[in-house]
Amino acid sequence: MGYFSNIYKGIKSLLTGMGVTGKYFLNSRKGAITQQYPDNLDTLKMFDRFRGEVIMPHDENNEHACTGCQKCEIACPNGTIEIIWDRGIDEATGKKKKKIDQFVYHLSMCTMCGLCIDACPTQAIVWGQNFENSVYDRTQLTRVLNKPGSKVRAGVED
Amino acid sequence: MDTFKLTWNITETIQDWLVSIMSENAANITAMVLVAIIYLTLFAVAGLYLVLLERRVAAWFQLRLGPNRVGFQGLLQTMADALKLVSKELTGTVKADKFLYNLAPYFVIVTSLMALAVFPFTKGFQAFDINIGVFFLIAISSIGVIGILLGGWSSNNKFALIGAMRSGVQTISYELSIGLSLLTMVLMTGTLQLSEIVEVQKSGWLIVQGHIPAIIAFMVYMIAGTAETNRAPFDMVEAESELGAGFHTEYSGMKFAYFFLAEFINMFIIACIATTVFFGAWLSPFGITESIPWLGVFWFLLKAFVLVFLMMWFRWTFPRLRIDQLLTLEWKYLLPINLVNIMIMAFLVWQNLIIKF
Repeated sequence: MGYFSNIYKGIKSLLTGMGVTGKYFLNSRKGAITQQYPDNLDTLKMFDRFRGEVIMPHDENNEHACTGCQKCEIACPNGTIEIIWDRGIDEATGKKKKKIDQFVYHLSMCTMCGLCIDACPTQAIVWGQNFENSVYDRTQLTRVLNKPGSKVRAGVED
Repeated sequence: MDTFKLTWNITETIQDWLVSIMSENAANITAMVLVAIIYLTLFAVAGLYLVLLERRVAAWFQLRLGPNRVGFQGLLQTMADALKLVSKELTGTVKADKFLYNLAPYFVIVTSLMALAVFPFTKGFQAFDINIGVFFLIAISSIGVIGILLGGWSSNNKFALIGAMRSGVQTISYELSIGLSLLTMVLMTGTLQLSEIVEVQKSGWLIVQGHIPAIIAFMVYMIAGTAETNRAPFDMVEAESELGAGFHTEYSGMKFAYFFLAEFINMFIIACIATTVFFGAWLSPFGITESIPWLGVFWFLLKAFVLVFLMMWFRWTFPRLRIDQLLTLEWKYLLPINLVNIMIMAFLVWQNLIIKF
C-alpha cells in the first residue's frame, strides 16, 4: 500500500505548497519587500544589522573612543585597518601615553566580516549604514576614520 | 444564418480575396506566406510578453515587484531585452560543429511555431485544420528535443552535452505520458481532428464529460507537460547549479534567445493543447456568448492563460527534482496510472457512462 499512500502524500504536500505560494501571490501587492531604490531616497532606512562600512563615531567635542590598542588591526584577516600611532604627553597625569595619529581604513579590501568591531573593547568603531560606495578612483576608498584634531574621550581608558 | 456569416476562416478569407486579384496558384502561395507572417509576428510578440508575464508573476509569488521601469508597468522591458540580445555578439567554441551548432536554435523555434498552426482559436480561426491534429501535435512537439540534442552535442562542451542528454532522457520519457493522456481523451471523442474535438464538447467540456478518468488524465497531462517544456520543477536540462546553463551553455545573443523564446512558446502550446482537449477550446462556459463567435478567441486565450498561470505557479512553488526522482515519477507512477486510466476510460465509453448535457 506504500505506493498509493505515496501518491496521496505527494499530492497533498504539493497542494500545501501551492497554498502557501498562492497566499503570497494574493498578498504581493500589500507586502512587497522590493524597495524602489532611487525613488525612495528620502524615506530609505537600512536595517540595524546592515554592514555598510566601518565608521568611528565622534561626539560634539570632536572626541572618539579609540585608545589605539590595535586589537582591531590584529583581528582583521586581510590588513584592512592600519593604525598609525605615537606617544604623547597626557595633560591630566603628565605621563607619556599611546594615542592614535591616523586610523586608516581600506574599504576596498574590507570583506565586512565584522571581526574588528567584535574585537574593539571600547566600541570606538561601529557599522555604518552607507551602501553607495562606488567611486571612480580607488584611492578614495582609503579613509582616515578619526577626524583632524580629535582626541580620546576622557574616561574611556579607565 | 446571419450569425454564421460573421464567422470566418482565416486562410479561406485571405485566399478568396487573393483569388480575386491574381491567378489561383499564385494566390495559394501568397496566402500561405501571409498567414505564416501573421502567425510569426503574433507569436514572437506573444512569446516576449509571456517572458514578461513570467517575470512579473514570479516576483509576485516571492513578494517582489518585478520589472516595472521600462514603459508603463514594465510593458516594454522584454522588447528592450530583445533589442539588447540582437545587438550582442554571437560566440561559440572553436572546435564546435558549426553547421549543427547554428542549426539547433532554428530546429527548436520552428517546431514550436509549427505546432501553433493547428489550434482552433475560434470557429474558423485556424490556419491548418487537418484530420490528425492531435497526432500532429504529439509528433511535432517531440522534434524539438532533436534541436536541444544537436545544440548540446555540437557545442563541444561537456556541460552542454550532459544537459542535452538529460533533456533527451526527460523529454522522451514524458512524451509517453503526454501521448497516453491525450489518447485517453481521444478515446472519448473518437476523432483526432481538433475542430471536431471542439464540436464534441458542445455537449459539455471533455473534463466534465469524462469526469474521473478525464480529471486524472488532465493532472497527468499537466505534470508531463511541465516536464516536457523543461520548466521547473523539472528543469534538469538547465540546472544552473550543476551544469552552468545546460545545453545552451555555449550559445549567446539571439541564438540563446531562440531557445528561450521556444521554451515560453512551448509552455503556451502545452496550455493550448490542454484548453482544446479538456476545456472546450473557444466554447464559452454554458454557451453564454454562443451568438458572438469571434469572442471565442477571448475564451480560448483566457483558458490558456489560466493554465499558463498554473504552470508558473508550479514553477515558483516546487523544488527541483533529482534526475532519479524524475525518472521514478514518470516510469513508476505516471505511466502505470495512465495505462489503468485508459482502461477505465475505455470501460466508461463502452458502458456509455460519460456525462452529456
